[in-house]
Amino acid sequence: MANIGELNVNGTRRRIDADAGRTLLSVLREDLDLTGTKYGCGEGQCAACTVLVDGQPTLACITMVGEVAGKRIVTIEGLALEGKLHPVQEAFLEADAMQCGYCTSGMILGAVALLRSKPNPSDAEIATGMNGHICRCGTYPRIVRAIHAAAGKGGRA
Amino acid sequence: MKRRDFFAAVGGGIAVLLVDNAGAQQGGRGGGNRQMPQEVGAWLHIGEDGVVTAYTGKVDVGQNSRASLTAAVAEELRVPVASVRFIMGDTALTPFDGGTSGSGTTPNMWPQIRRAAATAREMLLDLAAQKWNADRASISIANGKATSGSRSAGFGELTQGQKLVKTISANVALTPATEWKVAGTSVPKITGRQIVTGAHKYPSDMKRPGMLHGKILYPPQFGAKLASLDPSAAQAIPGVKVAREGLAAPRAGFGGDVVGVAAPDAETAERALAALKVEWTPAAAQPSSNDVYTYFKQNAEGGAAAGAGLVAYTIAYIAHVPLEPRAAVAEWNDGKLTVWTGTQSPFGVRRELMEHFKLPEESVHVFMPDTGSGYGGKHQGDAAIEAAILAKAAGRPVQRNWTREEELTWSYFRPGAVIEVGGKANPDGAIAAWEFHNYNAGASALRTPYHVPNAREEFHQTKSPVRQGSYRCLAATANNFARECYMDELAHSIGMDPLAFRLKNASNDDRLRAVMEAAAERSGWAKRKKTPNHGFGMAAGFEKGGHVATCVEVSVTNGAVKVLRVVEAFECGAVINPEHLRNQVEGAIAMGLGGALFERVEFAGGKVSSNRLSRYRVPRFADMPPIESVLLDRKDLTSTGAGECPIIGIAPAVGNAIFDATGQRVRSLPLAPQGLGRAASGAG
Repeated sequence: MANIGELNVNGTRRRIDADAGRTLLSVLREDLDLTGTKYGCGEGQCAACTVLVDGQPTLACITMVGEVAGKRIVTIEGLALEGKLHPVQEAFLEADAMQCGYCTSGMILGAVALLRSKPNPSDAEIATGMNGHICRCGTYPRIVRAIHAAAGKGGRA
Repeated sequence: MKRRDFFAAVGGGIAVLLVDNAGAQQGGRGGGNRQMPQEVGAWLHIGEDGVVTAYTGKVDVGQNSRASLTAAVAEELRVPVASVRFIMGDTALTPFDGGTSGSGTTPNMWPQIRRAAATAREMLLDLAAQKWNADRASISIANGKATSGSRSAGFGELTQGQKLVKTISANVALTPATEWKVAGTSVPKITGRQIVTGAHKYPSDMKRPGMLHGKILYPPQFGAKLASLDPSAAQAIPGVKVAREGLAAPRAGFGGDVVGVAAPDAETAERALAALKVEWTPAAAQPSSNDVYTYFKQNAEGGAAAGAGLVAYTIAYIAHVPLEPRAAVAEWNDGKLTVWTGTQSPFGVRRELMEHFKLPEESVHVFMPDTGSGYGGKHQGDAAIEAAILAKAAGRPVQRNWTREEELTWSYFRPGAVIEVGGKANPDGAIAAWEFHNYNAGASALRTPYHVPNAREEFHQTKSPVRQGSYRCLAATANNFARECYMDELAHSIGMDPLAFRLKNASNDDRLRAVMEAAAERSGWAKRKKTPNHGFGMAAGFEKGGHVATCVEVSVTNGAVKVLRVVEAFECGAVINPEHLRNQVEGAIAMGLGGALFERVEFAGGKVSSNRLSRYRVPRFADMPPIESVLLDRKDLTSTGAGECPIIGIAPAVGNAIFDATGQRVRSLPLAPQGLGRAASGAG
C-alpha cells in the first residue's frame, strides 16, 4: 500500500513515513509520540482513541492513516492553546469527571465535538451523543455535569 | 541503614522513617527494600531546598490515593498541597508494600504518612527553636514556614546543613478530624491537569530508546498444550526475534512456556506471531459458563452441603475490563532488569520477576506509573514477565501491551459461584434460622451482619475451570447479593417491610442501621408508591470497614429492566476527601450495575466467546440512572477505605426491586442479560 509522508496534526505539518493501511492510532502513538490518544479495544467500541478530524469525532483505532492525510487532526495534546485549557478540559477538572483518567482524552474530544453540533445538549442528548464512550470507573454522571458546565462557554477545535 | 548512604541517595535535610509493626506482620517484610530498615512502612524527606517528598509502596489506579496521601502530609506538616511530591509504587525508592488492595491504603497507609509528617513538623520546630534560641512553644508552623514573633523561616532554611534521620513507631499525636484543615476537604486530583491534556504517561505509554514491540502466542483454548513449534518463517522476517522460555510459575490454563516475538513495530510483531507454525494438543473437555454451577457443587472439597430447603443463587464470572489493558516495558542493563508496568502490587511483581529469572532483589526494579485502573484485576505480573522474557531474548527493551481480546481471555475473572441459602423468620420479624453456603466465590462477607442465632455459614472450596482472582470487594458482592435478596424473601414470607425487617435484625449494629435509615430517608422509602411493573428495592451490608445501604427504583417493560434511580448511603468513618469519596461511591454503583444486570463472561470448551467489548457489555452513559450518594461523615471514627464496599449494595437492591415490580424472584447474576425472561428461565 502507498506510504503517507505527512499529517496535519494539532496545527502542525508532521513528517511521517507510514503505510497508508496502518491505523491512525498506531501512527499517532508510535510515530508521533502523541500517547494521549489511547488504545482501549481496537474495534471502535470504547472511544478511548477519539480524535477530531476536520472537527468530526473519529475513532483512531479503526481509521486508516491513508484516510486522514491532508485533513486537520486534533488530538488531546492540541486542545489547549498556549497553555490555556479548553473550556471542556476545565470543566472536566472542575467536575472531577475522571478516576483513572484513561478514557478522559477520548471523552473530552467527544464532548468538544458534541458541543459543536449541540451547544446546549439535554441529559438525553449527552447520553446519546456520548454513548460510544466507555468509562469503566463509572464517572458518567460527572462527565454529564462537566459537559453541561462547558456548554455555552464557547470552544474551538 | 547507614545515614551516609541514605542522604547520598536523597540529598541532605531531614527524614522521618515510619516503622509499621502491624504492617510488618501483615505483609511479611522478607522482600523489603534493602536501603532502609525492613520494618519501614513509609517515609518522608524534607530537602535543603525545602522540597517535601513522601514515599509509599502504594499505587494510584484512579482511586485518588495520591490526593488523600498528599493531603495527609499537607495536613500534618502544615504545607500547601502543591508543595508535596509523592513517590509511589517504585521498588527502588519506596518502602516495601504488600500491594494496593482490600481498601487498605486509607486505614493502613494514611495514618502512617500522617505520623511521619507530624514527626517532621516536630523536628522542624526543634530546628527553629535551636536556630533562634527561642522557646519551642513560641514557634508555630503554618503554610510551609516556621514563625516566632517577627522571625520566620522556610523549611529549606531550617533543614540546610542538616542530615537528621528519625525513626519512629506508632503513637505520634495526630491532628483530630474535627481540627483538620486540608484533610476533610476536596483536594483535587493531583494528576488532573496532566490527564486532561494527555500528558500523563500511563504504563502502556512508556517508551525506551531502541524499544521493540512484543506479542505472545496464546493457546487456542485453556489447557491446550504446545505440541510443536516452527519459528523459522517468523524469524526470517527482518528485525524479528522469537523467544521461548519456560515459566517458573505456570499460569492456569496457559501452560508452562512463554512463546513470543519482538519486532520493531506492533504490525510486524503481529505478522511474526501469525507466521509461527504451531501445533497444539487439545485440552480435555471442560465445563461451559452455563454448566459451571453444577460443576462447582460436584467438585466441592469434602462434598456439597446437604441442606434441605435451601434456595440456590448463581453468580456469573465477570471481567474487570480495566480500560487500560495490562502493559509493561522491560529493559535489561548489565544483568539488571527494570520494568515499568501497571500493577496493584509492584513489590509482588518484583518477586515474580526475581523468582522467574533467579535474580537477587537489587537486580530487579519495578516502577508503576499511575495506571488506567485495576479493580482488583492487576495483581499479577504476567505482562511484566512476558516483556522481560522478550527483552532478554532480543537484547533490547520490549513493550508488551495486551490487547483487549487478551485482557478478556487471559487475565483472571471475578469468580462465579453457587450460593445456597436457607432461613426462617418468626412472625415478629426476628430471624430464627440461617444457613448459607458459598461454592467457589470466597469467604468475604460470608457472615451475615444481622443478629442471627445458630447461623451456619460456610465457604466451600471447589474447582474453577477458568483462571479466577480478586475483584473489587472480592466475594462480598456475591455473598451480599444472595444474602440481601434472601433477606427480602424472608421479609416477604412474613409480610414485613424489607427495611423494617432489616432494622429489626440489625439491632446489634448502629452503623448499619444509620446507613439504612439515611438511604431510606433520602429515597423516600416510607412514601414509595408501587405500581404495576414499577418497584422499589433495598439492600445493606458492610465490608472493608465501610457500611452501605442502597435503595433503587426500577421499571420493567416487556422484560427490559430500567433502573430509574439509585440512592446510596455510605459511611467509612471520618471523610478524608468528600468529592473523591462521592466519585468512588457513584463509580462503584455504575460499575456494579454492569455485574447486576448484564455482565457475564461466556466460555465453552476452554474458549472465551465474550472476548471483545462488542461481545462483553459494560455500563454506558445510557445505562445510568440518576445516582444520589449520602455520605455519613463520622469524625469520631477512624477513616477506612471506600474503593470497594460501595459496590456491594446495587445488585441485590435491583434484584429486590425487580421482585417488587414483577413478583418474579431472579436468583442469578446477571439479573437480566437479555432482558428479564431469559434470566429467569436460565436461573434454575
